[in-house]
Amino acid sequence: MTAPRLAIEALSAISLRDGNRPILRRVSLAVATGEVHGLVGESGAGKSTIAKAILGIIPSQLKVTDGRIVFEGRDLLSLLPKDLRAVLGRDIALVPQDPSTALNPSRRIDAQMTDGLRLKRGLSAKQARLRAHALLEEVQIRDPKRVLDSYPHQLSGGMRQRVLIAAAFALEPKLVIADEPTTALDVTVQKQILRLIRSLQERHGTSVLFVSHDLGVVAKICDRLTVLYMGKVMEQGSTADVLAAPRHPYTKALLAANPRYDRPDTGLEPTPPEVIAALRAEIAAFDAGVAGSR
Amino acid sequence: MADDLLLARGLVVAYGRPGSLFTRRGDSPVVLHGVDIRVGKSETVGIVGESGSGKTTLGRALLGLIKPAAGSVVFDGSDITALDERARRPLRRRMQMIFQDPMSSLNPRHTIGRILIEPILLHGLAKSHAAALALVHGILDRVGLSRGTVDFYSYELSGGQRQRVGIARAVVLRPDFVLADEIVSGLDVSTQAQVLRLLKELTGEMHLALAFISHDLSVVRSICQRVVVMREGRVVEEGPCERIFAAPAAAYTRMLIDAIPLPTTDPGWLSRGASVEVAASA
Repeated sequence: MTAPRLAIEALSAISLRDGNRPILRRVSLAVATGEVHGLVGESGAGKSTIAKAILGIIPSQLKVTDGRIVFEGRDLLSLLPKDLRAVLGRDIALVPQDPSTALNPSRRIDAQMTDGLRLKRGLSAKQARLRAHALLEEVQIRDPKRVLDSYPHQLSGGMRQRVLIAAAFALEPKLVIADEPTTALDVTVQKQILRLIRSLQERHGTSVLFVSHDLGVVAKICDRLTVLYMGKVMEQGSTADVLAAPRHPYTKALLAANPRYDRPDTGLEPTPPEVIAALRAEIAAFDAGVAGSR
Repeated sequence: MADDLLLARGLVVAYGRPGSLFTRRGDSPVVLHGVDIRVGKSETVGIVGESGSGKTTLGRALLGLIKPAAGSVVFDGSDITALDERARRPLRRRMQMIFQDPMSSLNPRHTIGRILIEPILLHGLAKSHAAALALVHGILDRVGLSRGTVDFYSYELSGGQRQRVGIARAVVLRPDFVLADEIVSGLDVSTQAQVLRLLKELTGEMHLALAFISHDLSVVRSICQRVVVMREGRVVEEGPCERIFAAPAAAYTRMLIDAIPLPTTDPGWLSRGASVEVAASA
């Protein structure tokens, strides 16, 4: 088996503000070349912290205490800032959650899309504009010229997210971090955006780490899943296995709490108290083990 | 129908002030184009649609928070469309609202106790502070919050707890009708399940009529008896949930349902539904 494109190894982090409370508890996961890997969990699970750790933008109140983030054989956590920046611009890109705040409101789409192409790829302004035009066509924008000449506020949410996806794939990155990229969108637009990410990813052989709280969304786009709870991996496996035969009680509880229009009796099942108690015990036992081994 | 509680006919709502300094007369965008809707006594009705469908505007027009340009709203047999503030006051208790974001609908400078007690006294449901507090204790027990919650401020509570306070505040007044606008959209699924279950139980126990506005059809399916599908200020389709979800008559409803990702693997799902491209590529 070839080495994964991204391997997170026993990543641990704490919150410095909150009495060194653990935020990530020895999280390990691997994303293969060309794989879409779903990182699923509820708020506080640590999914965004993992995404931020990869991108080198961990907030100052958090601290990575242990572990490695190995991308193409190099530990990103040990790179110098300038080396990390080179990798991030070229090989790792982000599709952010909120398309309305991720674009600079005072610059035209043209300028924002061509920055990376000129600075990282060394294209001329004219070449970069042509490339941006082609990228917008690739994300199925019908009149790329109008969009390139627009300011973000002149575009709908779905359109802005297409622009951000085009920008993320512009430099042909090896890894795309998609952080809840459809949370702010209507369901019909969400479906188009998912389709788009999947088709670009397949065409370019890109690996994607897809962060989401929505089991339905990850079911449709991810090859494999990692289920997180309070910074600890609860379950990992192929999407089909995890959803059809969840092994961890937490995954089962999440599925039972998820409302489904085809099963009106679901979605009203809060996590059973015994599952919550078992989860707390599992986390406490883990923390005690970590403290004991020091 | 005989047991209609709320009946709206031909509601038209346009935003903006026609003929103000910066807009020409007639420029104000029409958000509702003649909407009819009815909610029976102790019936739960979902109002679904995508952004811009007018679902929130419809809810506000039903409660009299916006004046429609045309159409009527009849509540329990009397026309309430043109009532002024004073005449509407007795209705306020009977028609309650639960908001999307409890953080911004609960006054951060008042304790939860004050937030819950004041409307009880205002509407004369209790004669003394002590009697009002007793009602508050009762409702806190019912929504699964400790009685000590009265001493907290909203920012000291979790999102799920705040939404329980929002529900408590609405139902403690013994209303006949409750409007809930996207009340679970910011919550984790496990918290969402608790809030939905609570609301479903309360509507049953208290014979509440509920209009449940949501963009999430699966949530509506789990809690509502009937559903109204809206698009661009018009009702596309309405009917019992069993029928609409099993066999939608309108192509738009079909498309909305097909766009919901179920938590099951289905390799063909992403590429299905070509009509989606046309409908939402604005």
